[in-house]
Amino acid sequence: MDSGTLDFIVGHLNYWLFILLMMTGLYIVVAKGNLVKKIVGLNIFQTSVFMLYISIGKVTGGTAPIFPLDMKVDPDVVYSNPLPHVLILTAIVVGIATTSLGLALIIRIREEYHTIEEDQIAEVENAVLKSEQWASEQAAGEHS
Amino acid sequence: MRHHLILRVITKLLVGTIFLFALYVQFHGDYSPGGGFQAGVIMAAGFIIYGLVFTLDKAQQVFPPWLVHKLIALGVLLYAGTGIYSLFAGYAYLDYAALDPHHPEHGQHYGILIVELGVGITVTAVMVAVYYAFASRAPILSDEDW
Amino acid sequence: MDAVDVAFTEAAVGAGISTVLMLGTLALTARSERSSSRSSFVPLLAVLVTGAALVYGTLDMPSFGQSDAPAQTHVGPDYLERIPHEVGVPNAVTAILASYRGYDTLGETAVVFAAGIGVLMLISGLRTRRRKEEDDPDTGGSA
Repeated sequence: MDSGTLDFIVGHLNYWLFILLMMTGLYIVVAKGNLVKKIVGLNIFQTSVFMLYISIGKVTGGTAPIFPLDMKVDPDVVYSNPLPHVLILTAIVVGIATTSLGLALIIRIREEYHTIEEDQIAEVENAVLKSEQWASEQAAGEHS
Repeated sequence: MRHHLILRVITKLLVGTIFLFALYVQFHGDYSPGGGFQAGVIMAAGFIIYGLVFTLDKAQQVFPPWLVHKLIALGVLLYAGTGIYSLFAGYAYLDYAALDPHHPEHGQHYGILIVELGVGITVTAVMVAVYYAFASRAPILSDEDW
Repeated sequence: MDAVDVAFTEAAVGAGISTVLMLGTLALTARSERSSSRSSFVPLLAVLVTGAALVYGTLDMPSFGQSDAPAQTHVGPDYLERIPHEVGVPNAVTAILASYRGYDTLGETAVVFAAGIGVLMLISGLRTRRRKEEDDPDTGGSA
């Protein structure tokens, strides 16, 4: 393997690791029926996006984007890109707030359906739908 | 939690430090890492650890739910109000130069402090409100769960 | 990766809040997952195909830390150049967060606000208490 290929692999390994993490989250969301597990999967997915953004902001040889206190910036110092940090910093807190909203929804679902499994919720829904149809058919029969 | 003496003593020592650290992060956020979002979460964590160790009722005596609910809105209002103030002072929305027209740089500094305070208040109040909501709900456990 | 502010936030959120919320939800719902009869082959296939497509997409991406990548040549360095004389705040992340992207942060705060209100309306018990009062004629409810 020549050095160009090796550089390419090392330079892109971060993306591939984040894709691995993202696909782990996606698999949990798609394959698991338990609603709490789905939320955990979404959180893993979310984390992979955060890490992708932060890794994009990195500049080789750069340092954290905090200037000296006297604001005399040395032009030779390289700073990493602060913009992805800003975006992700707010996204983390918004992420935990929306996660708590999802968990609150799960708690309400559990109280109404007595289960947090997707297929059992669908069973309950189907039973309710069928009984409603039956009732409306009865009502239509009485009218005619 | 009556018998967990070590836990209670350590928590009592720690909670004050946590609040102090949260305030430091809040108001020192423009010089060092930190800001409203981090400070809000740390402050809420202080209340949560207090609630976990000394029961929810004690935490709600310190930080009553009605106050939490009002603070949720107050933070956003503080943020948006800063923007409206600069609008009335003849500047663009959220242009902090309006806060000190003679030294726009100082105005930026004040604006950042006020806005971060608004963010911090909202985040603290939302996180504490979420914790109160989750913790005050009696668990419904069916036999098959245990 | 030099993201001190993000690391700080993630540490505070991960250690303080999300664990408590997850455990609280588990205590309020079910402890164990019912074993599902669904086959996991189709999801696995979908995930593998998506992953392969994404990896194919990364082949054109700039390498890690490359200083002439598109993200490093437009607005990012522009902020770094302007902050010292326009805002005068040492922490560039705070300056961008509150000043240059003030609208963005206002929106994010509004989202946190809305999520908090949503949680309160769903499970805080305010609504059920009121409904009980209405059901009970002695307390002078609408019933």
